Amino acid sequence: MSNLGVLIDAPILLLQLLVSGILVGAIFALVAYGMALVWGVMNIINIAQGEFVMLGGYVVFYLDRAGVHPVFGIPIAAAAMYVLGIALYRTVIWRIVDRDMFTAILATFGISILLQQLANQLFSADIRTVPSRLPSVQLAGGLMTVPEIKLVGFAAALAVGAVLIAFLRYTRLGRAIRATAQNARAARVLGIDTDHVYATTFAVNCAICGAAGGLVAMTWFIQPYLGLTYTLRSFMIVIVAGLGNLSGVILAGAGLGVVEEAAGFILGSEYQTAFIFLLLIVILVARNAMLARQRRYLK
Amino acid sequence: MNSNSTRLAAALAALLAAGVAPGALAADGTIVLGAAVSLTGKYSTNGKNTQDGYNLVVKTINDKGGVKVGNKHYDLKVVYYDDESTSARGAQLAERLISQDHVNFVLGPYSSALTKAIAPITEKYKIPMVEGNGADRALFTQGYKYMFAVLNTSDYYLRSAVTILADEAKKAGRDPKSLKIAIAIENDNFSQDVRDGIEEDAKKYGMKVVIDDKLPADLNDMSATLTKVKALKPDALMISGHEKGAVLGIRQVAAEKVYVPMLALTHCDSAEITEKFGKDADYAFCGSQWDVSMTYTDRWFGNSQKYAAMFKQAFNYDPPYQAAESTASVEVFADAIERAGSLDKDKVRDALAKTDLMTFYGPVKFDATGKNIAKSMVMYQVQHEKYVVVAPAKWATAKPIYPAPTWAERDAGATVGAK
Repeated sequence: MSNLGVLIDAPILLLQLLVSGILVGAIFALVAYGMALVWGVMNIINIAQGEFVMLGGYVVFYLDRAGVHPVFGIPIAAAAMYVLGIALYRTVIWRIVDRDMFTAILATFGISILLQQLANQLFSADIRTVPSRLPSVQLAGGLMTVPEIKLVGFAAALAVGAVLIAFLRYTRLGRAIRATAQNARAARVLGIDTDHVYATTFAVNCAICGAAGGLVAMTWFIQPYLGLTYTLRSFMIVIVAGLGNLSGVILAGAGLGVVEEAAGFILGSEYQTAFIFLLLIVILVARNAMLARQRRYLK
Repeated sequence: MNSNSTRLAAALAALLAAGVAPGALAADGTIVLGAAVSLTGKYSTNGKNTQDGYNLVVKTINDKGGVKVGNKHYDLKVVYYDDESTSARGAQLAERLISQDHVNFVLGPYSSALTKAIAPITEKYKIPMVEGNGADRALFTQGYKYMFAVLNTSDYYLRSAVTILADEAKKAGRDPKSLKIAIAIENDNFSQDVRDGIEEDAKKYGMKVVIDDKLPADLNDMSATLTKVKALKPDALMISGHEKGAVLGIRQVAAEKVYVPMLALTHCDSAEITEKFGKDADYAFCGSQWDVSMTYTDRWFGNSQKYAAMFKQAFNYDPPYQAAESTASVEVFADAIERAGSLDKDKVRDALAKTDLMTFYGPVKFDATGKNIAKSMVMYQVQHEKYVVVAPAKWATAKPIYPAPTWAERDAGATVGAK
C-alpha cells in the first residue's frame, strides 16, 4: 500500500491516472458502441469484435506504409471494414439473426479464429505500430503528460458517439434500425426491409471497430492476436452500461479506464485485470439487487 | 522357416523396443532430425527465424559433404511440423516425430514454453534434443538427461544492465546502494526469469527494487506502471515481455515523456525498435544472446559475418539471434554425431554431453543439466539509432551512455539535428 502514500504525497498523479484512464477508456468505449448496437438490434454477442479492431489497425498500418497519412487512413479503414461487414453479413451473419444466442456466440467465435489466423498468415505475427507523429502535452513540470494521440482518440470516441446518436434518432434508416430492435416482426409488417437493416447495423459496427483499430495502432500496437482484449473490455462496458444507452457506454468506458489505471497503480498491474472483473461481479450483483427492489414495487 | 521369421520378428521388435533401428535413418545416407516449430500462432515470427536458421545450416553442412560417421557421409534432413504456438500441440507432435516418423534426434522448438512441453516426451523416449530457443531456468532443474541447450538461461538477459548501472554509479562517485530499480515484466516464465536475474544482482549490489510490476498478458497499456515510475524516479527501468514488451516500453516511455537514466529491455532487435521508433529508441539497453560483430570462428560458416551474409542472401533479412542459436543447435548435433561415430541415440547423447565446440554463435560446452556454460550474453545500447555492443568488454564497440539525457534535452537536440 506504499503506492497509496505516493499518491497522497503527489495528488497531481491522481489527476494523471484520471486523465489516462478516461482516455484509454474512450477507445474501449468506441468498440463497445458497436457491440451494443449489434447486440441490441440483432441479439448477437459478437465475439469477433476485437478482430475487427485488429483488421482496422492493419488497414491503417499498410496505408501508412504506402504514404497515406493516418488522418485519411482511419476513414478508409472504416470504409473497408464496412465492406467486410456487409460481406460477413451476406455469408454468415444473416443465418444466425433471430436464432439462439448460443449459436451466434459460436458462429462469431468461429469468425474470430478465422480472422486471427488469416491475419497471421497475411501479415505475420510481427508487432506493428503506426507512428502518431503527434507530440505530448506536458503539465505540472512533467508530472502530468498527455500524449495528443490519446486526446484524438477521446475526441473520436465522442464524435462517433454523437454521430451515432444523431443517426439513430433523425435518419430514416436510423429509425428503421430502432424499430427493428424493438420488434422485428412488426417492423417487417410495416414495410421495413429488416434484412437491409441488419446488414447495415453489422457493417456500421465493423466500420466503428475499424476506426478504433487505427487509433489503437497509433497509440499502442497491433498484432493478429490482440482481439480478445477488446472483445472482453467492450463486453464488460456494454454489460455495465446496458443496451441502447450510448452515453452510458462512454461513461462506463471512461469509468472502467480510470478504475483500471488506479488499480494498476495502487495494487500493481498484475491485479489490474483481476480487479476489473471483480468490480464487474460487484456491479452485476448490486444491479440485480436494485432491480429486484424495483420489481417488488411493481407488485 | 516359420521359426526363422518368428526369430527375425522378435529381433526386430527387440531392436525397435530398444529404440535403435538405425536402418530407418541410414538407409539412403540421410540423418533425419525432427522439429516442431511455430509456423502459425503468436510465435510464428520467431518460429520462422528458427526454421530459417535450421534450413540454412542443413544446406551448408550438406554442401560441405554432410556429416561423417565412420567412413560414410550422411546428408542431414529436417522433418518439420507446425506446433501452432501451443504447448499441447507441441507435445503431440514430438510424440508423433518419435513414434511415427521414427526420428532419433530432435531439434528444439521456439520459446521456453514449447521446449517445456516437448522435453518430457524426448526424455521419455530417451531421444536427444538440442535446443536453442528455450532459456527458462526451470528447464534445467528437472534432471533432464537428453536435453541440451546452446543458449544462456533467461536470467542472464539483463544481469549486465545491473552491472553497468553499478559501475557507472561508482564512476560518478555514487554508492550503488543508493540506486533504485523499477521492473515491469510480462507475466510469463521467460520474463519472470529475467526479473529474478535482475533482482539477484541488484541484491548483490544492495540496490533497491522500488517497482516490481507484472503486466497482465492481455493488457496493452502500461501507463499505470509508468505513472509510478514518474513518481518514484528510479535510476533504471527494466522491461521484459518479448517483442510486445519492447515495443510498448519504447512507445509509451517516449509518449508519456517518462525520464529514466537507464531503460533496459529484451527482444529489441526482433521487435525492430530502431526501425519503428527512430530517435525515441535511443539510449535503450538491450540484452541479446548473440551479435554479428562477435568474432568466433566456425567450422561450417567461417565466422559470424559470413554467416550473416549467407543468411541475408538466403532469406532476405538480417539474422536475429533466434536464427543464430537455431543454426548452432544443428552444428552441435553434427559435431556430436561425428564424434560418436555412430547413429545410435545413446552414443550420440553421450557425445553431446562431452561437447566442446566453437561455433560462430559462441563456444558450446554443457554442464550436467544440459545448459551451455561457455558462452556469455551481449548487452547492446541503441546509440544514434544503431545498436552498439557495450558489454562484455571484450566485444564492446562503444562505451555505455549513462545517464541518458532528459527528454527536454533530447527534444532540443532533435530540433537542432533536424535543422
